[in-house]
Amino acid sequence: MTLSILLVVSAALFCIGLLAALSRRHAIFILIGIEMMLAAANINFIAFWRFAPQPAQPTGVMVAIFAIAIAAAEAAVGLAMVIAVYRHFRSTNVDQLDRLKG
Amino acid sequence: MNSWITTNVWLIPAAPLVASILILAFGKAARRAAAAVAILGQIAALAMSIFAFVPTLHSHGFRAIQNFTWFTFGEQILRIGFVLDPLAAAMLMMIALVGLCIFVFSIGYMAEDKNFGRFFAYLSFFSGAMLGVVVANSLLLLFVFWELVGLASFLLIGFWIERPSAAAAAKKAFITTRIGDMGFFLGILWLYHRSGTLLFYDGGRGCLEPLALSAIGSSVTLVALLIFCGAVGKSGQFPLHVWLPDAMEGPTPVSALIHAATMVAAGVFLVARVYPIFSVGAINGVTTSLTIVVWIGVITGLMAALIAVAQFDIKRILAYSTVSQLGLMMVSLGVGGVAAGIMHLLAHGFFKALLFLGAGSVIHGVHHEQDIRKMGGLRRLMPITFSTYAIGMMALSGVPFFFSGGWTKEEIFHATSNWPRSHLPHYLMLIGVILTALYMTRQIIYVFFGNRRAASEHAPESPSVMTLPLIVLAVCAIFFSVVLTPAWPWLESYLTGHPARFDPHLLIQPMIIVSLALVGAGVAIGIWIYRRAGETDPIQHAQPALFRFLENKMWIDEIYDRTVIALSKILARLSDWMDRHVWDGLVRGVGAVGQFLARLTTGADERVINAGVDEGTIGAQGFGRVMSRWHSGQIQTYLGAVALGMLALVLLYAWLG
Repeated sequence: MTLSILLVVSAALFCIGLLAALSRRHAIFILIGIEMMLAAANINFIAFWRFAPQPAQPTGVMVAIFAIAIAAAEAAVGLAMVIAVYRHFRSTNVDQLDRLKG
Repeated sequence: MNSWITTNVWLIPAAPLVASILILAFGKAARRAAAAVAILGQIAALAMSIFAFVPTLHSHGFRAIQNFTWFTFGEQILRIGFVLDPLAAAMLMMIALVGLCIFVFSIGYMAEDKNFGRFFAYLSFFSGAMLGVVVANSLLLLFVFWELVGLASFLLIGFWIERPSAAAAAKKAFITTRIGDMGFFLGILWLYHRSGTLLFYDGGRGCLEPLALSAIGSSVTLVALLIFCGAVGKSGQFPLHVWLPDAMEGPTPVSALIHAATMVAAGVFLVARVYPIFSVGAINGVTTSLTIVVWIGVITGLMAALIAVAQFDIKRILAYSTVSQLGLMMVSLGVGGVAAGIMHLLAHGFFKALLFLGAGSVIHGVHHEQDIRKMGGLRRLMPITFSTYAIGMMALSGVPFFFSGGWTKEEIFHATSNWPRSHLPHYLMLIGVILTALYMTRQIIYVFFGNRRAASEHAPESPSVMTLPLIVLAVCAIFFSVVLTPAWPWLESYLTGHPARFDPHLLIQPMIIVSLALVGAGVAIGIWIYRRAGETDPIQHAQPALFRFLENKMWIDEIYDRTVIALSKILARLSDWMDRHVWDGLVRGVGAVGQFLARLTTGADERVINAGVDEGTIGAQGFGRVMSRWHSGQIQTYLGAVALGMLALVLLYAWLG
């Protein structure tokens, strides 16, 4: 188990998440994509902490735990927004949600 | 009881003015109320005049003044005030009494008129202004009232505004007197410039008192003559007399009040008031300015008397008679007989008002016919009018002993005979007496004697509201002779301040014989010439050219038409042409330059500035359109952009190492 394997997995996970966020039409899938990118970032934190010169200090874990907490809050807000958008537009297809158009 | 009026003289002119304002404000339609208010105002003025008259009797040379500051500009303090002295008090009495008689007469004379209320408002207005002229203690205040009197005269001459001749006469009177007033005003300015005050009496500092008179210096003659210009205009002296006969277009009570008894006498009053200015530096009572006054008076007096002989309009005869008598008063003032001139003014006020009201009564009786050739034999039909008219005629002609005019004329002839410079005015005025008797006899014969002619077939006597004032004035004309008698010259001493003493020997003097003879001659010639007068005048028959000359008022109006008026018309046309072509051209040129500049700026605006702004907005629009395409609203596009940006940053980082 080396650092590079972990980084490759993390990068793969990030790319899959980005692809999902950019290509899926359903808002919940976009949210899932974003969560995957966050998870990739967390893996990076943990990996760099594990292979750092001083693994005794739990710095990377702390950051990851904070990030997971924030991601949970973000997911809650995101899902609430999706439900509100659905109630308003009767749809969660982001192609139709173009109110930000300038 | 008497002191309050001496400190509140302004109340006397205020009463009729207030009445006038009340009528104009409320009562133009209410006929009875309008007449009542006007007459009440006049009675108030008369009562206060009597109260004001009493204290002036107590002491010789009585003079009460109240001055106050009107306004201050810079260093100059302009003060006006009121004065009460024998001259003012006597004039107040005459104006208020004659005015009251005429007001009452007007009730009858104007009964049919639809603008009854307006007439009384104007009459009251005039009366107030005239009383103001008399009590003013400042040349400026006097001038203000003087102009108000002129305005009232204008309004009343043109009272029957629907008649073109009345409107023209009003205009003529206003403009002609304005020429004189122009000179008057210049005189006022000059006097103020020289003496620094316009108050007549101011405890030694007024402009009629020695201190200021010596300050005027050598220009005093010019100042006096400029002020005399105003008097010439107002009193109808030659050469500005032309308006007065035309003013007879007004209602007859107006002619009586304004153009016989009071307003036209204002010029004589003015000269008497500012007499110290005229007589400064007199040698033997002769100064240049007074000499000019005498000659103007002589020319006016004789010329008007001659013209009066050849007139046919009953009122015009009286108008020329008024002009002639005013000339006589001016002569009297000029030769130094101030008291005599003022006494003649007062007496003339009564008997000339009487004559005019008598004429009004006749005109009323014969249904507004004014040509004496169409009257005749009225003495039986209108007995009261006839007898009062005869009294007025004898007073005017100067029949001695019982009629006021006789004594005053005699006083004047005393003064003229003692004039050191020349005796010509004296003899010319004696001829004037014959002429006066002649034209009055002619008028009486035409109107009251002989056969009844067209207009006088059924002439009723006027109602008592008209005859009563006639009787009052006739009594005044006779009573006045008692006051004036030289045996006890009470009025003269009252006016001059010299004590009077009773001396019956003065009753019979050579002059009285002379004037009796002259009046007798005039009446006799009149009766002899006109004993069988018909539709054509006997003089017209005998001397047609001379008569035509006099009937057409010596062609003075025509001469003015050809000279002064023609000149001013040419000037008017010239300035019209100048206005149209020169000044208008200039204005149009300036306008064209402005138009050119405007067109230039319009071009710049449209082609340069607007075009630039247009281009700018089009560019901004295009840019905006491109940019708005990026803002698709597709959240994934934005996210993709963020990802690309991050990739670019990463590549850049990698490339830079």
